[in-house]
Amino acid sequence: MAEQTEVKTTVSITIDGRTVEAQPGELLIAAAERAGTYIPRFCYHPRMEPVGMCRMCIVEVDTGRGPALQPSCMIPVADGMTVSTESEVTKKAQDGVLEFLLINHPLDCPVCDKGGECPLQDQTLAFGPGESRFVEEKRHYAKPIPLSDLVYMDRERCILCDRCTRFSTEVAGDPLITFVNRGNATEVNTFPDDPFASYFSGNTVQICPVGALLARPYRFKARPWDLDQVESTCTACAVGCRMAVQSSSDAVVRHLGIDVDPVNWGWLCDKGRFDFEALSDEGRLTTPFVRREDELVEASWSEALTRVAEGLADARDRHGAASLAVLGGARLANEDAYVWSKLARSVLGTDNVDAQLGDGLPAEAVLGLPRATIDAACAAGTVVLLGPDIKEELPVLYLRLRDAVVHKGLRLIELSPTETGLTRLTAASLRHRPGEVAQLMDALLAGGRGTRGDGVEVAEAAALLGDGPVVCVLGRASLAESPDSVVAAAGALLEARPGTTFLSALRRGNVHGALDMGLAPGVLPGRVSLDDGRAWFADAWGSVPEARGLDATGTLSAAAAGRISGLVLLGADPLADFPDRDLARRGVGGAGFVVAIDAFLTPSAQQADVVLPAAVFGERGGTTTNLEGRISRLNQKVTAPGSARVDWMIAVELASRMGADLGLESLEEIWDEIERIAPSHAGLTSDRLRTSEALDGLLPAATADVETEGAPPTMSQVDEPGTSAAAAQGTDHLPGNVQTEESSLGTGTGSGPGAEGSEGAASMAAAFGAEADVADYGEGTTPAEGGGEAEAIALTADAVAQGASVGEPSGGGTEGASEGAASPRTIRFARSAAPSGPPKIDSYSLRLVSGRKLYDAGTLVQHSPSLAGLAAAAPLRVNPADLHRLGLTSGARIRLSSSRTTLVMVAEADLGVPRGTVALTFNQVGQLAADLIDATMAVTDVRLETLAETSRVGSRSSRRESSGG
Amino acid sequence: MAVTDAPKIITTRFDLDDGRTLAGYERTGGYESLRAALASSPADVLAEVKAANLQGRGGAGFPAGTKWGFLPADVHPRYLVVNGDESEPGTYKDRLLMERDPHQLIEGVLLASYAVEAKQAFIYVRGEMAVAQERLATALNEAYAAGLVGRDIAGSGWSMDVVLHWGAGAYIVGEETALIESLEGRRGMPRLKPPFFPAVKGLYLQPTIVNNVETLANIPWIVRNGGAAFAGLGTEESAGMRLFALSGHVRNPGVYEVEMGRTTFRDLIEAPVLGGGIRDGGTLKAFIPGGASAPWFYEEHLDLPLSKATVDKAGSMLGSGAVVVMDHTTDAVKACARIVRFFAHESCGKCTPCREGTTWLHQILQRILAGDGRWSDLELLLDVSDNISPGIAWPPRQTTICPLGPSAVSPIASALRRFRPEFEAYIEGGRHAGARPVGVDVLAGVAAG
Repeated sequence: MAEQTEVKTTVSITIDGRTVEAQPGELLIAAAERAGTYIPRFCYHPRMEPVGMCRMCIVEVDTGRGPALQPSCMIPVADGMTVSTESEVTKKAQDGVLEFLLINHPLDCPVCDKGGECPLQDQTLAFGPGESRFVEEKRHYAKPIPLSDLVYMDRERCILCDRCTRFSTEVAGDPLITFVNRGNATEVNTFPDDPFASYFSGNTVQICPVGALLARPYRFKARPWDLDQVESTCTACAVGCRMAVQSSSDAVVRHLGIDVDPVNWGWLCDKGRFDFEALSDEGRLTTPFVRREDELVEASWSEALTRVAEGLADARDRHGAASLAVLGGARLANEDAYVWSKLARSVLGTDNVDAQLGDGLPAEAVLGLPRATIDAACAAGTVVLLGPDIKEELPVLYLRLRDAVVHKGLRLIELSPTETGLTRLTAASLRHRPGEVAQLMDALLAGGRGTRGDGVEVAEAAALLGDGPVVCVLGRASLAESPDSVVAAAGALLEARPGTTFLSALRRGNVHGALDMGLAPGVLPGRVSLDDGRAWFADAWGSVPEARGLDATGTLSAAAAGRISGLVLLGADPLADFPDRDLARRGVGGAGFVVAIDAFLTPSAQQADVVLPAAVFGERGGTTTNLEGRISRLNQKVTAPGSARVDWMIAVELASRMGADLGLESLEEIWDEIERIAPSHAGLTSDRLRTSEALDGLLPAATADVETEGAPPTMSQVDEPGTSAAAAQGTDHLPGNVQTEESSLGTGTGSGPGAEGSEGAASMAAAFGAEADVADYGEGTTPAEGGGEAEAIALTADAVAQGASVGEPSGGGTEGASEGAASPRTIRFARSAAPSGPPKIDSYSLRLVSGRKLYDAGTLVQHSPSLAGLAAAAPLRVNPADLHRLGLTSGARIRLSSSRTTLVMVAEADLGVPRGTVALTFNQVGQLAADLIDATMAVTDVRLETLAETSRVGSRSSRRESSGG
Repeated sequence: MAVTDAPKIITTRFDLDDGRTLAGYERTGGYESLRAALASSPADVLAEVKAANLQGRGGAGFPAGTKWGFLPADVHPRYLVVNGDESEPGTYKDRLLMERDPHQLIEGVLLASYAVEAKQAFIYVRGEMAVAQERLATALNEAYAAGLVGRDIAGSGWSMDVVLHWGAGAYIVGEETALIESLEGRRGMPRLKPPFFPAVKGLYLQPTIVNNVETLANIPWIVRNGGAAFAGLGTEESAGMRLFALSGHVRNPGVYEVEMGRTTFRDLIEAPVLGGGIRDGGTLKAFIPGGASAPWFYEEHLDLPLSKATVDKAGSMLGSGAVVVMDHTTDAVKACARIVRFFAHESCGKCTPCREGTTWLHQILQRILAGDGRWSDLELLLDVSDNISPGIAWPPRQTTICPLGPSAVSPIASALRRFRPEFEAYIEGGRHAGARPVGVDVLAGVAAG
């Protein structure tokens, strides 16, 4: 930053006689730290508003009126400021604060979780007196009290720094803990009868500067000096939070969030923080099982793999490669996914692969729509929410969006079938009937004209939407409807607002990596369609299937019809996890030969012919890809239980038993091949993944790369003939006869959120001492996206991918790729005709919405004892008016029927559910929703009937209510 | 010096039976100032208040007109907040003003709002003052009904609203930034100044003027009689009349409106029409000149005039106008412990030194009184005090955000300096007496009072 002498943009301050340059507005404590002077602190936290509460950071500051003690966490730097962090007055004041903090602090460090990593302990050891002058009785409280099921509070240890309370109010938006009482009697506590039931409560334990807040899953588990740790990426959902995985005695005992700027800012949700318990759960599979006389019995790997190889080869030989299918893969690392993708295509010879279980979006939409980063969404000005309840499914993305709304003026416009956790934060929140989001989007884009019902609301939202490009968070709001409508809505938005970018809201851990690696029908690694990449990959791999395969719904339907002879469940449990349990049951049951590769004996695995135990997160390395497409490293910390193996090794072994050599022997070799062959990942070398730059994660080439030549992009999507057949599967949303791709796609991207981002890139780069890199990024790239460091990297990779020499596979290592062949282009989204709208509903029916909650009946949660209890059975949520129409009161037992089945359950009134719609959470304990849903239908209609006996109960209770006043 | 015959300004209706009603208020000249002001410009009102040199009556004594001038131009909305959370021990003047002449306060609020162009004012009344709350509410309803508050006030086209808010019982809310926090619905905890100077970032982070009840009660008289008339009372440095709440060991405790600068402490305490002298013919041991947080004064300070500058110079403050008299029967250690207990109890808990330190100080004093004192306790008292208020100087420095913590240091410093033998006697008569240390002057490090 030598050129900056011309216009001085920094302020000069003197710290202990040294002149230091600081950013205007920067807090003194931060400026001093950057300059190498650490001022002790307890309450200050860089991701929260300062409060100046603990007073530990007071230093003598002279701004021209003589030195005065000031809290450095609250004082912005000012030109000419003189600071003494070591003067006698400063030291005396800081020592005094330390003594004050200690007088009532119990000396139970030997049994305190924090002992050994405790800032108070460290400060005291470094600066404190050896003896206390305090002879009075210390403050006493009952030793830890539960604030919630996960967090305990030891009020005696608390130094009242306001970190946890600020976090819960300011960051999480769950103001459930607060200061109670006053002065010396002040304590942190919950409100009466209102536990600290926040999805983010574990963060307060991590930021507590003493051992006052304790996590139940970690309490008394380890001493900090016994812990070993690696840096990794959480895969509990697709946000991709960076975290430290810590173990003791080869067991993971703690996850701690790591502050990476583009993603999680140090925060984790409680599911990601505490799901490590599942790793050491007793139910983990530790050995292979094979079916013998209708029973699964333990087997050796050799025996089991031979069975699998023979079973699959037999199926292939007898019924053709198209009778094989691989479901799942979102749990895998990128490397695993790639190897399985290669195995399926080149050895098994099938394109029937799908990492999504009917709960996602078409790969062509996820990979083909222009993509946004989390930072871009937060800086966008306006974000359109088209998808699930972000707070439930992608909690840390919720924190980021919430921060942008509350602190940076982000405007949210939500289109959803029911209220969500973000509704309160939206500028406009519009309800649509299940399956009709495309119609609502059309109305919104038309300014509210021609809207059924309350057009005023839509018109107001349209005014808020404005005319410019926005960022759209795109996912599946409900598993009880097909994704057609939301994909159509996204297409309409992109057409009407060129330059709009999309942030995927798919939730499965590494679903985006799995899609990148081609674990979707018609898609090959590197975001390439089967048609475009066939030649390229045939060269690299030897062979690639000719025809597009089936997705999960198609596979299960085919299996149910007896057309799938070999089914591999790659960490997939359709019986529990597929929206349509009836179809899943018939599919898994109807498949000829079923192999389950999983960590637990899931309901689906129980039906398999061979079960192979898999290593999971924490037990294997590699890379993972988050919802932005950001690639970051996973690191192994502990050994997998028993003989559980890593998925890619299983694939390599299986290939070899089927007579094929995948030529891959290590994670690094796999990655090198991905980098060479997958067009979107060109340039993301192993070396780059090892640099400090990669700690934030690396973004591959943006999907929405600018067509600099302006050549009209041709259709790249698959256009197999059987459109109607595909439509019947309910998954192929890109039939062949659609209009040509929006030409706007190629031109609109120049106006991304720009200037601010590049400034951020510069300062980030400066922080890493890597200005040169930024210059490199700038050179030779069209200034197109222009949004920060991440985009800068993306552009580089993009430029590389677009014709730079390394973009072509060298051919070395793998045989095949013909010299000079250009790498295939990446998928572009093509808008299909809007679906004609859902079938008419009869006046007796209600339309079902089924979204997810953070804690559910899923494997991770149910095998983590601390979390399992948080997944409560969910009632049917009904608009009070609909309940009233049926003469029911909230809490009544009702009969609910769909075309699939009839169930009896409890109905509760919920104003967040609009009239005509009912909501039933998916995959909750009891698992009811999947029984109702028909995945081959666009929507799920249900009828709600009173139970003769229970209506009496209902009326009796209402009588009680009225007589009780 | 003597008791002057200057006219009463704000206590004229205290003895009227109907002084608190709209009828009684208007009969005695009430709301005339408002009508007059509405016929002139806000700048005219501001000019009169500036000319009056009216010092704030809450404690800090900052000139009101100057404070009003701090509001940044053209930033709206802006608010007027009335600090009626009178909680300083010994102070009870604002309560009487609200109970006995609520319309005078309302008119003052209207005039001040007009002058600073605020459209909304908040009167924050201490939670425990039930009668004041009721009378103020009744008066405000009357004023609204009479068109004197609200839309189109007195037909002038100018509108403003007054909101009443009752506190929940915390001394610290008398500190203006804590009061603002409380008014916003949060725990009453002070904000750091800067950046939260109320005039710049106050209520809802908008420019805000916070004035004491008594300060605003003076405004109608100033507008009616002119700023110069007010400035003509008292002295050039301490203008006007002021209420003093006299309590403790005097014959006639009460609230007295006296002329500033010309009346002395001796007048206040001894004049037959005022305090009437020490009770039971006793002698003066010490007195607190301006609220519990003020350093103590003694016999030699009796002839100081009631003037901010003079009292400041003598090492204390006039503060909230609470004069507490202690006669020769007073136990200095107990008095000191009693005051420290108050501050420990009222510490909001935000800043570590105040939260932990004030309680610790009280615990040490309790221990000394209980006969468990040690010789080292005297030094400890002062060192703990020093960690709350470095240097134990006056005006105090502080390691805390607000002056509550240092307030607990004042009585300790005062009592130890003047009545150290009483502390020593407790220790000597206690269970840890041992040998008295020789040659250690625990007060050596403390700035002379």
